[in-house]
Amino acid sequence: MAEVELEEVTKSWGGAPAVDRVSFSARTGDLVALLGPSGCGKSTTLRLIAGLETASSGTIRIAGRDVTARPPATRGVSMVFQNYALFPHLTVAENIVFGLKVRDVPKAEREARLKRAAGILGLEKLLDRKPSQLSGGQQQRVALGRAIVAETPVCLMDEPLSNLDAQLRVEMRREIRALQKRLGMTMLYVTHDQVEAMTMADQVVLMKDGRIEQDGPPAELYESPATIFTARFVGTPPMNVLPASVLAAAGAPMAGHGPQGRPLGGLAIGIRPEDARLAETGAEATVAAVEYLGADTLVEARVRDHPFIVRLPGRAAVDVGGQIRLAWEPGRAHWFDLSSQRRIA
Amino acid sequence: MDARLVISPQPLLRRVMTHPRLTATIHGWLLLLPAMALLALFTHWPAVATFIDSFYSTPRPRRPSRFVGLDNYQQILADPVFWQSLWNNLLFALGTIPVSIALALLMAVWVNDRIVGRTAVRMAYFTPTVLPMIAVANIWLFFYTPQYGLLEQITALFGAEPRNWLGSKDTALFAVTLVAIWKEAGFFMIFYLAALQSISPSLAEAAALEGASRWTFFRRVQFPLLMPTTLFVLVNAVINAFRMVDHIVVMTRGGPDNATSLLLFYIYQVGFNFWDTTYAAALTTVLLVLLALVALLQYGWLERRIHYR
Repeated sequence: MAEVELEEVTKSWGGAPAVDRVSFSARTGDLVALLGPSGCGKSTTLRLIAGLETASSGTIRIAGRDVTARPPATRGVSMVFQNYALFPHLTVAENIVFGLKVRDVPKAEREARLKRAAGILGLEKLLDRKPSQLSGGQQQRVALGRAIVAETPVCLMDEPLSNLDAQLRVEMRREIRALQKRLGMTMLYVTHDQVEAMTMADQVVLMKDGRIEQDGPPAELYESPATIFTARFVGTPPMNVLPASVLAAAGAPMAGHGPQGRPLGGLAIGIRPEDARLAETGAEATVAAVEYLGADTLVEARVRDHPFIVRLPGRAAVDVGGQIRLAWEPGRAHWFDLSSQRRIA
Repeated sequence: MDARLVISPQPLLRRVMTHPRLTATIHGWLLLLPAMALLALFTHWPAVATFIDSFYSTPRPRRPSRFVGLDNYQQILADPVFWQSLWNNLLFALGTIPVSIALALLMAVWVNDRIVGRTAVRMAYFTPTVLPMIAVANIWLFFYTPQYGLLEQITALFGAEPRNWLGSKDTALFAVTLVAIWKEAGFFMIFYLAALQSISPSLAEAAALEGASRWTFFRRVQFPLLMPTTLFVLVNAVINAFRMVDHIVVMTRGGPDNATSLLLFYIYQVGFNFWDTTYAAALTTVLLVLLALVALLQYGWLERRIHYR
């Protein structure tokens, strides 16, 4: 069942629309990541769902009800803000039960819910502190606590981890995912970090310029990207996408035409760095830089002035300036149409 | 003269000038000197002199000033005009302070929201602050003028009895209080507006998601976060309530029958109309002590219940 459903939702402030006819749905209990570079409209989409912005057109349904014109409070969503939006003058406990107090939840139940949330998040000892006395990770937990006690079916998160340091981010990533599964929340999660989206989400909605570029499970985005943009956005280092004619001229083995017998002229080939290997025959390339990472080595090569990154296991025996030949399994090549930027099946 | 006996100031001066910490200290004091000299001359010394003078009699052509101890202060206790002025001033303070602060807060919250033409509204609210009090008093003098004043013309439309707002003992204090509120509210609004704008908009969004009404958000979030500003504004409002005197001079001269005589105006009268300077000095000392007490009270009481970010 779809818990959150968007249908042709558009938001514009005059000029070009920030969100342009976006449609997707999130199943109950799923974590859906809204992924994209900054300015792609992912945050605006989230704010439209929360009701903090009103849609110019289109329909938003939450739990089967049309909430497009409803105020935020009656939509049945909780939200964790990027800066946590904790009330600085209230203690942790007061922050967490703020919404319950506003909604006149009886004191006994307030206490019970607070206790439960504090237990889940390990905040018991911090309940009397003010937000300014907490670390970033602790503030993040308080914001989560506020979302948990609301007991809304849908939880919205706007780049919740972007203010934390790298190590804490990895921890919180796991914790949020575990929490979401344990409580059975439907979670919409905005992020610009594709690793976050890939590791946490059941479904990834990749956006670009206010439109959905691709919507599917993480593996699908990785294994069969629908566009060149998706191909290069998902995965690090990004997929190498080069004009097919350049690769052919460099000596890459191909039949002289692409799939469905199309001429190479208007096509591009995408090769993931981990799918390429060094070989006796293949596309000629010059090594421009070598980055040794321990478990593997990234070799930045140039194929006729087009950059091409190869990930080789362990320590690779290549020298900067040296000539190499690159090969890959034909089945691992992704074909794209250069003019439409879209995948060719 | 024997040249060897002439001690050149050069070496000593050079030693002093090249010693780095000493140089920095001297530079610092030199930079402070102009402002400090002016402050000492026109603020600190007069304050001390006022305090000392208050224990002396006022010099007259035939009787030079002499030490009289607490005589001036005893005279204050027995002076009905002082008590009247003090009472007037308390009423004036009680009228201006809460009303102007509440109005300022209300206007700030309003013009902080996204309303059409809010820049124009902000400017309109701030205008009274820019105007000099003398000009303001003259404008309001016209409003209050009997028979053809603006207020009279409007109330006449509704068939109200003609009134002499400034000429009647019953209404004069109220009339000058209103002018002060009109003048002050816009000034305090600016401080509240600045404080409101420093509150993150995501707090309002978080509160909206939790179902808080506009009023709940104001009461539970905005108002508590504005407390430091409120304290600042309050201290200023209290000081202003005892300091504002220009409009009294222009509009009523303390009349009718001392009905609008405020403490500072009375001091001015005693000092510069009656030329009883040492008595004025004693009155000034009393006023300063009063203000100091009020300020201490405010800080002591409010400081503990304020959340500073």
